[in-house]
Amino acid sequence: MVRMTGSQILLECLQREGADTIFGYPGGVVLPLYDTLPQFPAIRHVLVRHEQGAAHMADGFARASGRTGVCLATSGPGATNLVTGIATSFLDSTPMVAITGNVARTLLGKDGFQEADITGITQPITKHNYLVMRAENIAMAVREAFHIARTGRPGPVHVDIPKDVFQEEAEFEWPDELSLRGYRPTTRGHAGMIRRAAEAINAAERPIVIAGHGVVWGEATDELVALAEKADIPVITTFLGIGGFPETHPLSYGFLGMHGMYHANMAADEADVVVGIGMRFDDRAMGRFSDFNPGATIVHIDIDPAEIGKNLPTAVPVVGDVKRVLPDLAERLEARDRSPWLRWIDGVREEHPSLEIRETRRLIPQQIIRALYEETEGRAVLATGVGQHQMWAGQHYFYDSPRKLISSGGLGTMGFELPAAIGAQIAVPDAEVWAICGDAGFQMTMQELAVCVDERLPVRIAIMNNGYLGMVRQWQELFYDENFVSVAVTQPDFRALAAAYGIPALRVETRAEVLPAIREARATDGPILIDFHVDQEENVWPMVPAGASLAETIEAPAKELAR
Amino acid sequence: MSLNANGARPRRHTVVAIVEDKPGVLQRVAGLFRRRGFNIESLAVGHSEFAGLSRMTIIVDGAGAPVEQVQKQLYKLVDVVKVNDLTSEDAVERELALLKVRCNNVNRHELLEIAGVFRADVVDMATGSLVLQAVGDADKINGLIRMCEPYGIRELSRTGVIAMTRGQKTTTVHESEPEAIARVHQSQGRRVESAELPFSSD
Ligand SMILES: Cc1ncc(C[n+]2csc(CCOP(=O)(O)OP(=O)(O)O)c2C)c(N)n1
Ligand SMILES: [Mg+2]
Repeated sequence: MVRMTGSQILLECLQREGADTIFGYPGGVVLPLYDTLPQFPAIRHVLVRHEQGAAHMADGFARASGRTGVCLATSGPGATNLVTGIATSFLDSTPMVAITGNVARTLLGKDGFQEADITGITQPITKHNYLVMRAENIAMAVREAFHIARTGRPGPVHVDIPKDVFQEEAEFEWPDELSLRGYRPTTRGHAGMIRRAAEAINAAERPIVIAGHGVVWGEATDELVALAEKADIPVITTFLGIGGFPETHPLSYGFLGMHGMYHANMAADEADVVVGIGMRFDDRAMGRFSDFNPGATIVHIDIDPAEIGKNLPTAVPVVGDVKRVLPDLAERLEARDRSPWLRWIDGVREEHPSLEIRETRRLIPQQIIRALYEETEGRAVLATGVGQHQMWAGQHYFYDSPRKLISSGGLGTMGFELPAAIGAQIAVPDAEVWAICGDAGFQMTMQELAVCVDERLPVRIAIMNNGYLGMVRQWQELFYDENFVSVAVTQPDFRALAAAYGIPALRVETRAEVLPAIREARATDGPILIDFHVDQEENVWPMVPAGASLAETIEAPAKELAR
Repeated sequence: MSLNANGARPRRHTVVAIVEDKPGVLQRVAGLFRRRGFNIESLAVGHSEFAGLSRMTIIVDGAGAPVEQVQKQLYKLVDVVKVNDLTSEDAVERELALLKVRCNNVNRHELLEIAGVFRADVVDMATGSLVLQAVGDADKINGLIRMCEPYGIRELSRTGVIAMTRGQKTTTVHESEPEAIARVHQSQGRRVESAELPFSSD
């Protein structure tokens, strides 16, 4: 055993957990930790420009690579700035360890300078959190934090450490074993339930799989493909499940939900057996719960037992790790030909094409995303913000593998795009990463442009500049009688802004300029920004109005198709 | 008792949770109930038979949320080791109450008679009031309170219900599985599988 300071123990543990990158921002109480950082040259510290960016970068890092992201902030305002990013990670179940400093132990609870009860604040938005009161407890807390963050249903774990605990010395001992008696995720599905699930599916005429984020995090794509192919079952995904099943596979029918494909929503509504895999029957995906396909038998496979029966009555629950459950289930499925059902969905798709991009002289974001898909041959990683551009990025790019679409689905956090793209680029340096930004969302975190420069990251930044809080404008147009209030947003000259950071930038105003700009961006070594001045009033279709059922999906009205 | 939307009577559930005796665990549980809209009628916490583990008895108003969700959400808390719903078990439920009731020389006797019927102890007596201590299930304590109300209840303090199953069945946490396997192994002179243990780890 060696005597080490709390700071040294923390960094040693991070290193042992395989964390080679910390996204952070210093401040008073974490100075002892920063003072120690140079002793650990294998750990790369990325200096962000706002702690929210640090959390989103850690999240983007995790989503792109499957590894646990780490972010760090000082007490008080530093810590509270992380909150949006932690909540974003929590609602999408991504593995993150957020570390904060706090005031010295003797000052805790005294409302001193920069004290915030940050563990009290993060408690409902973390999978678990720690306030570590002694240096000798740091190793166990960090060990547990990583274990909890990345096992079972992943999620963010927060570790708060008072300043003097960083300075305190203790014997360092790496805990070989964990004793978390209250945390034992179920991994293996119940054999009886798997049998019942198989019986339900085997008896089905019109089964459908709805695959979610759990397939991505459970790394169960191959298992899902094998299952679907064996039993000839069409697969749709949730928005976060995109890429969990290859979208160019003949059994892939896109994603469902509020802006899902018409045929996917209809298929979910028409199926006799709905098999939810690694998903949580969220309202944005399922529409009004009370009217979701009342005739369907619901089979639900998920690692989190609390999701089962939470929103919809489940006939067959299977709690377990999808990677282990799917092969067991597939083994019991009969090889079947379900072409009548597949042809039915094909027919709906042909009659109600959701992904057809109309001929128009206007520059519309759908064309840009599709052009990007074709140019990159589907191999890029897209990190999006929240709003219309997010939905188009989900619809018009086709993702053949997981971890290619990085987006805040659950919390819907504007400003996620740029920092998430930065985190992804750092995690997967060889990937071609595009930040697909809203003009408004970009302005929430654009200060992180500086990180692209500092770290020489070749992130390609594409702003879908419609001059509006586009998605909100769409709702005001459709549901608030075109009473447009506070949705037109002024922007800086994004090209000049990029130039101020020394980042090259292009402006695109016509269709003809799209391809050359994409090509130029791809050929550029380093960050580059493209300001796409797109049509201002384009709406996202199809759409399930808030509170409506999937069966009530509305398609683009004729007058919009004629624009 | 009011009727809920389905016209069914809201059901009181008695949920017992064994939790790590760590700072913040009470806030985690209380926060969970608040956030998910589960109503706590009463909550009692104290030590359990194991050092380091506390036992919470939570009376949940089942009208607010399906109790299955309550249990599952509780289980998701890392500090919660075990959860049991004792509602349909043969269980003893007890609560302790202290009541300071107004009285005078004229009615003191009556009040003592009432206390006797409810087997409540008189733990303090002064000229204008006396303090009764009652132990029992919620019905019994509610009954005593009703009877004392006409005299004037100056103070009331209830501990909240604690509960325990009758007979062999327990809500307890066994020692860790590897240790138990080793013990059975020693006593029987052979290796045992975890399935043979009298408890399961999940
Ligand atoms: C932090 C945050 N604030 C507010 C919202 C509500 N909101 C959802 S979409 C949207 C507009 C987004 O505008 P922009 O980034 O330009 O994207 P667009 O919809 O125009 O593509 C708003 C305000 C949100 N999702 N996140
Ligand atoms: Mg916009």
